Amino acid sequence: MNTKILMTGNEAIGEAAVRAGCDFYAGYPITPQNELTAYMAKRMPQEGRIFIQAESELAAISMLMGASASGKRVMTTSSSPGISLKQEGISYLAGAELPALIVNIMRGGPGLGNIAPSQSDYFQATKGGGHGDYHCIVLAPSSVQEGYDLVFLGFELADKYRLPTIILGDGMLGQMMEALELSAFSSQPSAGKKPWALTGCKARKPNIVKSFYMHEGGLEEFNKKLQKRYRQIEKQEQRFENSHLDDSDIVLVAYGSMARIARSAVDALRKKGKKAGLIRPVTLWPFPFDIFDNLLRKKKKIKFFVTEMSYGQMLEDVRLAVNGRAPVDFFGRSGGGIPTVEEILEKI
Amino acid sequence: MKKIFARPMSLRDIDTHYCAGCGHGIVHRLVCEIIDELDIREKTIAVCPVGCAVIAYDYWDFDCCEAAHGRAMAVATGIKRVQPDKFVFTYQGDGDLAAIGTAETVHTANRGENISVVFINNAVYGMTGGQMAPTTLVSQKTTTTPLGRNAAREGHPLRVCELLSGLASVAYLERTALDSSGAVIKTKKALKNAFLNQLQGKGFSLVEILSPCPTCWGKSPEESLRWVKEEMTKVFPLGRYK
Amino acid sequence: MREEIICAGFGGQGIMLLGKVIAQAALKEDKYVTWIPSYGAAMRGGTAFCMVVVSDKEIASPYVDTPDTLFVFNQPSWDKFKAKVKSKGLALVNSTLVSEKNPPKNIKVASVPFTEMAVSLGNVRVANMVALGKYLKEKDMFKPKTVFEVFSEIAPKGKKGLIEINRKAIEEGFNR
Repeated sequence: MNTKILMTGNEAIGEAAVRAGCDFYAGYPITPQNELTAYMAKRMPQEGRIFIQAESELAAISMLMGASASGKRVMTTSSSPGISLKQEGISYLAGAELPALIVNIMRGGPGLGNIAPSQSDYFQATKGGGHGDYHCIVLAPSSVQEGYDLVFLGFELADKYRLPTIILGDGMLGQMMEALELSAFSSQPSAGKKPWALTGCKARKPNIVKSFYMHEGGLEEFNKKLQKRYRQIEKQEQRFENSHLDDSDIVLVAYGSMARIARSAVDALRKKGKKAGLIRPVTLWPFPFDIFDNLLRKKKKIKFFVTEMSYGQMLEDVRLAVNGRAPVDFFGRSGGGIPTVEEILEKI
Repeated sequence: MKKIFARPMSLRDIDTHYCAGCGHGIVHRLVCEIIDELDIREKTIAVCPVGCAVIAYDYWDFDCCEAAHGRAMAVATGIKRVQPDKFVFTYQGDGDLAAIGTAETVHTANRGENISVVFINNAVYGMTGGQMAPTTLVSQKTTTTPLGRNAAREGHPLRVCELLSGLASVAYLERTALDSSGAVIKTKKALKNAFLNQLQGKGFSLVEILSPCPTCWGKSPEESLRWVKEEMTKVFPLGRYK
Repeated sequence: MREEIICAGFGGQGIMLLGKVIAQAALKEDKYVTWIPSYGAAMRGGTAFCMVVVSDKEIASPYVDTPDTLFVFNQPSWDKFKAKVKSKGLALVNSTLVSEKNPPKNIKVASVPFTEMAVSLGNVRVANMVALGKYLKEKDMFKPKTVFEVFSEIAPKGKKGLIEINRKAIEEGFNR
């Protein structure tokens, strides 16, 4: 008997959050992730948790700040224009070392753009987004099951490193229905282990949650501490999936929904006798630089082909990873256009 | 000998960074006196603003959280919803609460969040050096209204108590001032009402306090108190609004 | 086996549900499946469509560019998708609302008055299931029994009549 159920990516992410012990959710409606907010509105009260429809994305992310400062597991979800508004709060979360899970079901931009799937927020997610010298861990699921699984990981990493973690999906993943294996409710290993949380100063000195450093040198010291943590994350948390790398002459690089189309292209190339492989970064920050290094050390004759639902954002990290040691080609579409297998084959 | 005056336990013994004649010090102290009197220091979580009182947590000896400019009530909402047994208040100035945070103010009030809000109205942006606030009086000079606020161009002062008084979910609204010792005592009473309301689960309470800013007004502390009484209260009448 | 399907029609014709029933049936028969809707401003009264992929292997791209099977319920959808059907593919066309003089030659077109048949069954909204019945006849993808099981799982509780009429619709389509 198949124990799997069919769920959309949006619903799966919501259910995962509930099962991972999310205590607090605040959001603001925006397509193509409305099913997720509605799902949380239904499920959170059933579990005795808090759901708030905020008056804006600015308010939603600041509500998260308050609930996270209280030591609770918190999540917000939105789509590109809404995530732009949330950058203010994300920078504050980073500055105040507060864990939070932020889901971006990307749509077309810039501006109001459209509601079609897109991957044009890669720069925003991986290179800071808000003001200041900070990073968020960025996880990119490419299936409904992975969207579900990465919610658990996202909460864990956010707690472990005390920073906001982003799940970067897109409209296709959010709206797509696929088989899903649900897991049991998990306990939060970090629950009660947040001595910095604001819970009232009973039997301890008062805690202050802040990102403001007025005395000379204070902010620089704090930034050094953050950077040290980021280097540690870069070393320990690179995640990726790959296929056929051992005998590949050409390696496609793609993430999220786009990686599925790239995988179909790899299958088609292999059928034609071409030695094609795939690298699918799962963490976009830290970007999995090491796999490129390892591959290039072993193989001298190899080519990379990046494909994205954007005009080349992850492409820049792939070029950094390859660092001139091999050719890097690219094909992307944006604004609602999704590269097809045929187009990719034609460009290769 | 009986001790009749002492520093509240909740107020730290450090030098003030506020200017001479500023109202913040008075309200900081009032807040601490009430917290001591109600014996709630160990369950208090304050949300500090962006503005002159940004480092209120340096003075207050209880848990405090920072908020982005204007978002204090959203942060307070998050704290209070996950810890309804704690005492949560925000402390905000006029730029924070009535300009950049207007949406948060109106909607936190409209949700009837069970929090207390301490609103310092000194008709000017203090920390950034004296720009026009939403509460700046008509013809009042600021660095961004060098010829005085022109109602035809910049509108009239925003009256927060009047604005919020129409919302069904608001429990308590009062406007007080700091222009005399009698006024300070009334302010303390209003703040205590607002704090007690929360402890009794009555919902959103806000006290707007007309407060002097001698530095940005270009007046002596004494003249500033007179200006609060004679000019500000004309535009912002004192009293209970809800 | 990999079957790529597009279901298209007006919003309100049960297009998304048709795709979901196919997806649920596929899952029940232990196949891999993906379902993606079109969505947004075009939904109210405009053309809505969903893409379904059913496979016995893990599905890489869930995106359907050239379907093996096309369900169409209105003229704009037919005009939009008819040229995309794979050679030797199948088009199930709602002849109540679609007129076609020169269908593409390399595909099989099954023209059936889905809407009309649904109306005579007493509920215009089961046109989608009449089409599904025809599909089950044309292509041996799932057992009708599996589809009936899906109905009883997804139908709102206390609506036995609804299951019955949908079941009838499938049978009518199948025997056509």
